[in-house]
Amino acid sequence: MPYEVDPAPGEIPVDHPPSAETGVSPLWEVFVRQRRGLAHVHVGSVHAPDAETALQAARDVYTRRVEGVSVWVVPSRAIRASDPDDATDWFEPFADKPYRHPTFYDIPKEVGQM
Amino acid sequence: MTRTIVCYGGEVSPPEGRFQALIDADEKIEPKDWMPDGYRSTLIRQIAQHAHSEIIGMQPEGNWISRAPTLRRKAILMAKVQDEAGHGLYLYGAAETLGVSRAQMVQLLHRGQHKYSSIFNYPTLTWADIGVIGWLVDGAAITNQLMLTRCSYGPYARAMVRICKEESFHQRQGYEALIALCQGSAEQKAMAQDALNRWWWPSLMMFGPHDSDSTHSEQSMAWKIKRVSNDDLRQRFVDMTVPQGEYLGLTIPDPDLMWNPARSHYDFGEIDWNEFWAVVKGDGPLNRERIEHKVSWWEANAWVREAATAHAARMTGRPEVA
Amino acid sequence: MIDERRTSLVGYLVRLGDDNLVLAQRLGEWSSRGPTLEEDIALTNIALDLLGRARFLFTYAGHVEGRGHKEDWFAFFRDEREFTNLLLVEQPNGDFAHTMARQFFFDAWSVPLWEHLSASTDPTLAGIAGKAAKESRYHLRHSSAWVTRLGDGTEESHRRMQSAVDSLWRFTGEMFWSDAVEVELAEMETAVVPVRLRPRFDRTVDEVFAAADLRRPADAFQRRGGRLGLHTEHLGHLLAEMQHLQRASPGLRW
Repeated sequence: MPYEVDPAPGEIPVDHPPSAETGVSPLWEVFVRQRRGLAHVHVGSVHAPDAETALQAARDVYTRRVEGVSVWVVPSRAIRASDPDDATDWFEPFADKPYRHPTFYDIPKEVGQM
Repeated sequence: MTRTIVCYGGEVSPPEGRFQALIDADEKIEPKDWMPDGYRSTLIRQIAQHAHSEIIGMQPEGNWISRAPTLRRKAILMAKVQDEAGHGLYLYGAAETLGVSRAQMVQLLHRGQHKYSSIFNYPTLTWADIGVIGWLVDGAAITNQLMLTRCSYGPYARAMVRICKEESFHQRQGYEALIALCQGSAEQKAMAQDALNRWWWPSLMMFGPHDSDSTHSEQSMAWKIKRVSNDDLRQRFVDMTVPQGEYLGLTIPDPDLMWNPARSHYDFGEIDWNEFWAVVKGDGPLNRERIEHKVSWWEANAWVREAATAHAARMTGRPEVA
Repeated sequence: MIDERRTSLVGYLVRLGDDNLVLAQRLGEWSSRGPTLEEDIALTNIALDLLGRARFLFTYAGHVEGRGHKEDWFAFFRDEREFTNLLLVEQPNGDFAHTMARQFFFDAWSVPLWEHLSASTDPTLAGIAGKAAKESRYHLRHSSAWVTRLGDGTEESHRRMQSAVDSLWRFTGEMFWSDAVEVELAEMETAVVPVRLRPRFDRTVDEVFAAADLRRPADAFQRRGGRLGLHTEHLGHLLAEMQHLQRASPGLRW
């Protein structure tokens, strides 16, 4: 498909240069709750200079202003993420503690669905 | 599908091993995972160019918003072009998770160091072109996009799922506009045929070179960035589209186009690769115009973005922070 | 319905339809030209709202008129002298400040207008008005924010914004001028006399101008004539472009 067309012969692959442009807006992450009863879900991001614009942009882009939808915007830099390399510390490896997993137990068929 | 966490008797496996294991298990790679430099840079380029394509694609179709022949067609076209802006936005967002900013990607496009889908370098000369673009260009895009929903990189795959959901009306609106023309006056039908004559081959070119001529294909397949070959996607597209053309009563401008019962596919003629490479290199009909339009409006509006940043900084009482 | 009243109602619906159609046409010109991707999308959302509103108004007007005219007849088969939109909306986009000033004035008038019309004795018009009021409140938030941001942004943006306000102010008076059409319909509480919208418009303008550090132009010369089909030279070109395909081959299905 077109977007992956190889560089034309002679084209030098480019290092991504720092931006010199002024007026660059910060990035905001967008969370949307589609309707009552559901949780907010991360749907993507928008660029905006301030919170009010970010909220309007998020509604315009991610909800097309459908009624009853709740939108949160959070500056991307405010998000703290767990590091996937910590997975072995933060999250218990399934293999180590099999007694937490349902298939470890043998339930006689006569007992039915459990 | 059961999730497996790789754990070899207490030792942590090397990152390359973990990465490849995820790929092989058809699991998604997420932004903070370790990934080879080549995977990261290939994805940045591919996702960015996909985004640029959506944005540049707004121009040929936007060209007919002011002249759409009915209010309904005007509304549909405005909504479609707006969707394209939205899709570009989702894709820039996906690329940003890889460590490049939207501003940087925009600069790379403006400087000609990034490309976009060559199809958008062709002019929309008549209203029928709008119908044909919806039918063929969106048809080709959908063929490709469905494949990309299975791409190994999480944010890109998820953006593609979102895009595919919204894409459903794009092809239909174009085809519906063509039905009206093909069932209309002789002049309207002739307009449709003329548009098909001009857009057919460029649409086939959208799928890129033969895989044998594409050096990146093999690595992209191994990394599950690409899931189906260029030629297979192109064949899929032709097989799907030919009967649609027959329904419209239009003639596809390929004398070699023929159903092959032995293969159960349509045989079709060879693409003019000279034209293909010329357009890719920048010598297509409107390459310069498309970029000039983009750059000139971006620069003409710089004062707006600067004002927004200045105002925001004043409101928070902080010095301007990008 | 008495013929005269029918004519007045049709006339009223059509002028509101024309306002929204012409402004939607202008906003559509910003596609692929906006200062940011997010703003491109926002402007198109507004354009789609206005276009949608125009379509409802024309369709209803055709129904009341009873001569079989549909929405496209109103949009594509009337000449410049038959269009009755405000002069404000046919003004060219200019730069982004100019577009936002035009939008702000239009929104500051639209909100009280549609809120009043939500209580119209004509249920169809009231229904259209309910949705339009909600949309226009959203549009006003957007345009006020931009007028403020640009008025109180950089020196350059302030200069451009003040210049846009100065240049478009002379088209705002027309929004509060009424003729027999409105007076008659207002008596039946189907429509509202425009001058009643002035206080809220003024309040909104004063509030936003204060935040935007903008100067209210002195009430000098005010242009009008749009409601009588006496337009500026801009409308002719706008319609020629918009109507061309239909006029070239009338009676076809698209």
